Amino acid sequence: MTEFVYLYRGYELPASPEEMQQKTAKWMIWLKELSDKGHLKSLGEPLLPGGKVVKGTKKQVIDGPYAEAKDVVGGYSIIVARDIDQAVNFSLGCPIFGDGGSVEIREIGQLEPGDGY
Amino acid sequence: MDIEEHFFRHEFGRIVATLTRLFGVGNVALAEDVAQDAFCRAMETWMLRGLPKNPSAWLMATARNRALDVLRRQHTAIVAEPELTRFLESEWTLVPTVEEAFSASAVKDSQLRMMFSCCHPRLPEDAQIALILHILCGFSVKEIAQAFVSSYAAIEKRITRAKKVLAESTKLFDLGDADFPARLSSVLQALYLLFNEGYHGSSADAAVRADLCQEAMLLMNLLISQPALVSPKSYALAALMYLNAARLPGRLDGSDNLVSFFEQDRSLWNHNVIAEGQALLDLSASGTELTKYHIEAAIASVHASAAGSEDTDWKQIVSLYDMLMAMHPSPVIALNRAIAVAQLEGPEQGLQEIRSIHDLHRLFAYPFYPATLGELELRSGKYAVAKAHFSTALSLARNATERNFLQRRIDSCKES
Repeated sequence: MTEFVYLYRGYELPASPEEMQQKTAKWMIWLKELSDKGHLKSLGEPLLPGGKVVKGTKKQVIDGPYAEAKDVVGGYSIIVARDIDQAVNFSLGCPIFGDGGSVEIREIGQLEPGDGY
Repeated sequence: MDIEEHFFRHEFGRIVATLTRLFGVGNVALAEDVAQDAFCRAMETWMLRGLPKNPSAWLMATARNRALDVLRRQHTAIVAEPELTRFLESEWTLVPTVEEAFSASAVKDSQLRMMFSCCHPRLPEDAQIALILHILCGFSVKEIAQAFVSSYAAIEKRITRAKKVLAESTKLFDLGDADFPARLSSVLQALYLLFNEGYHGSSADAAVRADLCQEAMLLMNLLISQPALVSPKSYALAALMYLNAARLPGRLDGSDNLVSFFEQDRSLWNHNVIAEGQALLDLSASGTELTKYHIEAAIASVHASAAGSEDTDWKQIVSLYDMLMAMHPSPVIALNRAIAVAQLEGPEQGLQEIRSIHDLHRLFAYPFYPATLGELELRSGKYAVAKAHFSTALSLARNATERNFLQRRIDSCKES
């Protein structure tokens, strides 16, 4: 089994409390299902809006990330899957797609024994 | 782990009322922004991390911290209630004052004061109701527009205007004010109309309508939970709501078809809620004031306690409608009275009563007027006439549920 990170990007914030509740419930149901199947390693954490970006040799500090809303990472989870295809497959039930967001799926690099560490 | 249905919406109303008390009634928009912010924070955290042990306390704490930030930053822009201002100006008293405002009893008090503030005498009733739904019940403009089968723009305009009137007050309505009795009457009327919109309203979605009934009942319960504010007419309205709401489950069959009152399966009625309604009706029977709520609750009580329409004391219902007509004459009440007369003395007599309704023309756009004529003609065996009336009703029907119901009535004329 291999570990993957799901980066959740760019979901729209619902306008009403009722929509927020429905959205919260959908995410909880989806993650619980992954967890019940033993594929959720970590729920991850939400990344709150705002923040700073430091860049360049001058270590310039700017407010950001200044990406478009659809590109901002709003949170992540760590899952385990057989391979990238299965990891992609698991992501299909994510409620984010209904809100115009995306899931970026990245394999987490592992140190193999014998790498000299 | 699950959250209660509509938990976000209800907490939103509690938090906005509390924040408005702190920020001043001219800053409702700021209170809504701060509440919205706290809710976004909650949602973003909970959807990934799951629910905290006490979601309500989590939200309240988040809103309280945001309120402290705002009060520290925007010192000069906040015009709080006069009696709170000096406590909010000093860092020494700021934190305890804000914490006190978020205590359970203060939150309840703020909700009640907001409810009375929304029923400002300068606001028309439909604006009062929209404001109550928006600020106290956490409905978005879109959700209110759906519930009232109205356009987004119309509801938005109504709420914007209403908020302006609200903002002109110096503070939330003081429950100890000399105007309290008059304002209580407006509050009860608004809750009555809100409940009726749910009970008889034009939205095709039964769940949406049940929501409106439930919201009206929650606010009603809040009102009668304060012994100092209770009056017999409040109990009477609460009784009316319980006795009617208890019968909601019988109104639709398994396929969401409207079931005629006379054919409802009364075992579906919620008998616990009926018992609560009867207890409230008993509590309302004190003092000297007899209101339309008392009489309507009494009518609902007669229906709720009868095993079937044959066992119903129609004579009493007719005399209750007579009292109601004497108090608030209206063609809709007269129509309901005529239906009761038809039960008591036969369809011919019922039709006779309908023909003699004063202002009958005001019923011409109301689908249940021709539908009633159809029912009574059908019972007299005049199928062709009945069918024509049901067809008129069908052309006036406001939603698919009503249309299906009336179509089935037309079909039943063919069969006969």
